[in-house]
Amino acid sequence: MSAPAIGKDSLKTDLVVYLSILALSGVQVALAYQHTRGAQLLVRMLAVALIQAGLGVMYFMHLRDEQRNLRLALIPATIFVMLMMNMFWSDSFRLLHMSPFAK
Amino acid sequence: MSEANLPIRAHAPGMMEASPFAIPSKKLVMWLFIISDAVTFAAILFAYGYIKNASPNWPEPFKFSPSILNVMLMTFVLVSSSLTMLIATRAAKNGDKSAAVRWTFITVAGGLLFALLHLREWSGLIAEGVKLFENPWGSPMFGATFFAITGLHLIHVVGGVIALTVVALGYKRGRYKADDIEIWSLYWHFVDLVWMFVVPMVYLLNVSR
Repeated sequence: MSAPAIGKDSLKTDLVVYLSILALSGVQVALAYQHTRGAQLLVRMLAVALIQAGLGVMYFMHLRDEQRNLRLALIPATIFVMLMMNMFWSDSFRLLHMSPFAK
Repeated sequence: MSEANLPIRAHAPGMMEASPFAIPSKKLVMWLFIISDAVTFAAILFAYGYIKNASPNWPEPFKFSPSILNVMLMTFVLVSSSLTMLIATRAAKNGDKSAAVRWTFITVAGGLLFALLHLREWSGLIAEGVKLFENPWGSPMFGATFFAITGLHLIHVVGGVIALTVVALGYKRGRYKADDIEIWSLYWHFVDLVWMFVVPMVYLLNVSR
């Protein structure tokens, strides 16, 4: 059985995705030197990183050319696990007032 | 004879269930490994954010020059190596063995250059006094989390360099097939994508202004 993934996209598409990912990295650096700080900056940075990751997974790793079954098996489960890890955050804000690592 | 009484032939071709995803099992295993590794990196980055949030005196040591410039160069090298890996995979799929091996080794060179730039970044910080549980600027956890995250990523890059070298040499000698080049290219792209999250979380959110 041969993998169907490679072959649909041309080198031109690969180059466009490559340049887009590099440009988004530049956007991240520009964001770092804006006046925005804290949670808002984190959200913007992660939004750009997610776009980069999406482009990479779909075009470089050719997940978009695989069967929908595979995408459905991999993506929702991963996102669910990561969202559950998000539960950490509220506790870290609580700990800030107790300064556990400052001493 | 009822169906229940039919003799079962172990691993008979007709009784094997087709792959639910229509991909080779090796490729499915690589995808599952990538997913589990993505969750590992997510956990370590969440832990990093947790510790940073809970520490009031978190240092912001990364100056534009040399640190951020070095990180931008590292990003360029790593993303470019993903492009060369794509070219290698396409060549392998088209049966152009010499081009596939050549582009895979160019990717390996990119990985080695990235590792060298990473070590230069580390040595600069160590020279400034950053150690695992101590640094001149603030929370002592900074060094531990910084070296843990970037170190784990660096191990993945070095592992990828070794794996791509072995697969490229094996492919040249006929031991491995084009599918193997494609499967290991998935790993290499994954290492590249993880860096997209490490850079903003570890470096860009801690720039010195």
